Amino acid sequence: MEKFTKIQGIAAPMPLVNIDTDMIIPKVFLKSIQRTGFGKNLFDEMRYNRDGSEIEDFVLNKPQYRDAEILIAGDNFGCGSSREHAPWAIADFGIKCIVSTSFADIFFNNSFKNGILPIVLPQEQVDILMKDAEKGANARMTVDLEAQEITTSDGEVITFEVDAFKKHCLLNGLDDIGLTMEKSASIKSFEDKASQERPWV
Amino acid sequence: MSPKTLYDKIWDAHVAHEAEDGTCLLYIDRHLVHEVTSPQAFEGLRMAGRKVHAPEKTIAVPDHNVPTTLDRAKGIENEESRIQVEALDKNAREFGVHYYPVDDVRQGIVHIVGPEQGWTLPGMTVVCGDSHTATHGAFGALAHGIGTSEVEHVLATQTLIQKKSKNMKVEITGKLKPGVTAKDITLAVIGETGTAGGTGYVIEYCGEAIRDLSMEGRMTVCNMAIEGGARAGLIAPDETTFEYVKGRPHAPKGAQWEAALNWWKTLYTDEGAHFDKVVTLKGEDIEPVVTWGTSPEDVLPITGVVPSPEDFTGGKVEAARRSLEYMGLTPGQKLTDIEIDTVFIGSCTNGRIEDLRAVAEVVKGKKIKDGMRAMVVPGSGLVRAQAEEEGIAEILQDAGFEWRLAGCSMCLAMNPDQLSEGERCAATSNRNFEGRQGYKGRTHLVSPAMAAAAALTGKLTDVRELN
Repeated sequence: MEKFTKIQGIAAPMPLVNIDTDMIIPKVFLKSIQRTGFGKNLFDEMRYNRDGSEIEDFVLNKPQYRDAEILIAGDNFGCGSSREHAPWAIADFGIKCIVSTSFADIFFNNSFKNGILPIVLPQEQVDILMKDAEKGANARMTVDLEAQEITTSDGEVITFEVDAFKKHCLLNGLDDIGLTMEKSASIKSFEDKASQERPWV
Repeated sequence: MSPKTLYDKIWDAHVAHEAEDGTCLLYIDRHLVHEVTSPQAFEGLRMAGRKVHAPEKTIAVPDHNVPTTLDRAKGIENEESRIQVEALDKNAREFGVHYYPVDDVRQGIVHIVGPEQGWTLPGMTVVCGDSHTATHGAFGALAHGIGTSEVEHVLATQTLIQKKSKNMKVEITGKLKPGVTAKDITLAVIGETGTAGGTGYVIEYCGEAIRDLSMEGRMTVCNMAIEGGARAGLIAPDETTFEYVKGRPHAPKGAQWEAALNWWKTLYTDEGAHFDKVVTLKGEDIEPVVTWGTSPEDVLPITGVVPSPEDFTGGKVEAARRSLEYMGLTPGQKLTDIEIDTVFIGSCTNGRIEDLRAVAEVVKGKKIKDGMRAMVVPGSGLVRAQAEEEGIAEILQDAGFEWRLAGCSMCLAMNPDQLSEGERCAATSNRNFEGRQGYKGRTHLVSPAMAAAAALTGKLTDVRELN
């Protein structure tokens, strides 16, 4: 997994609440058996007309946001299905960090597995970042995972919380499976005990 | 010992390792797999030279992409869909997991097959790369959806890296009124809490109205816990649960059954256990409901009218405006005046035998509205066979419904069962998101009985008013 340490980039505002995984990556694109190549279809139905032309007023089609690396999003971002194609598409597009007042649970976990940092902040702080993002390409925010700080284009610093283990994995680009396999003795002894206690499982 | 919730008990029984910061390795008893979210996970194993840790606890079945037309034996036309199903076929056989291929009568939607075959048992941890894994919570199992990276993690280690969620109680007191079903309960709860109301929680559903539900009704309720944002929803097992499980192909037998039953009977929330959030609804207050918008929280009683964006606050104002435009609805319009083009009966929410019986009861001896497209997609090959044996299939077909083979079908429209632009559907499925059932398709979520009523009249209809 790619490391996430610190980024400085353009933030795109998407204030709509309940942006669901069908919006992020419609199911017609779930048929791939690869993990890559989903970026061009990120937000497909919001981003393109049926004939493939771009919908001009969609935020990521606007010239100032085409290279956005940060999304400032409305409440409950990523609700809906468990499809990891959603964070795959987001990462493939080049977005590395999403800020919202809340995220759907599965999407939140999936993001960390793909080098994307989802940040939960109170409404007032999301509002500040949303306003900053609306300034466009000249407004570049900095997200520093190590320091747990976002710095707006005006220099205002907002701190955020992140789970210590998830932070450690992101900072170091660690593979979860490898880490878990180091605990295989614990898994084995759990299995031995469970097969005594609940042999029907 | 301090009193525990049902969730606490199942969690505690499955922690294989706990780090100082509370990060746990949760042991997984059953891993269900389908073709859409697993190919990259199996490929990951292959690249790393890893095996499936517990193939005997892993059950695979194709459901999302499979055609539901009667000619499905001729194969899948869409190349990408076919490749995905073939990949599952190859992976299941190569890694030696339990497998129900497309041509097996037991094939169906993964969340219907698991309980039907007795894979899902009380007190288990169950995961699947699918958000509607919450369904299995109906058995008093801790069941939730995971992403593909986590699918690979479970395949490789039979564990998940997890932190414990908070406890939330949703109590439905008293009795339901006639015409009100499990689907109405689960939608009414989401209408009350919102789609983010359960975020960070595991919900335990309880109360008399929940106790009174059959296992199938309980599965409908838990299925949509995810739509309320919860990691999982569960219901304490009782005689109804044990009765359902007993004798299923993979349920314990003999002395093992007795041992299992002894443990299962300890799976309830202790008196005085702490819930971080409590929501209570009176069963008698719940009406048959429909959704009007593009979020499952957009729920209203069928007797209501389409709301106005101004009825909401905050970010929901703009979301409601967008929903109304997408749905082609006008504020103040009576819900019963909304005309329907299509009716979809099926999905892991409402594709079981009792759901089909409920539809048959409404449409028996009647005809669906002229020009209506109405489709019944049983949740599994066995549900289909049972419906045929009970004469339900005949009643449905006589009324004008198409009688399909098992799969996810138009719930998410990954196969050819899709809505066209502007087509309006009363659906027994679980999501009314933009484009969910087809590009620019419009979805109203309802119970099977309400969907059947809409098929007859051509409009959203209060099933209680039907002659």
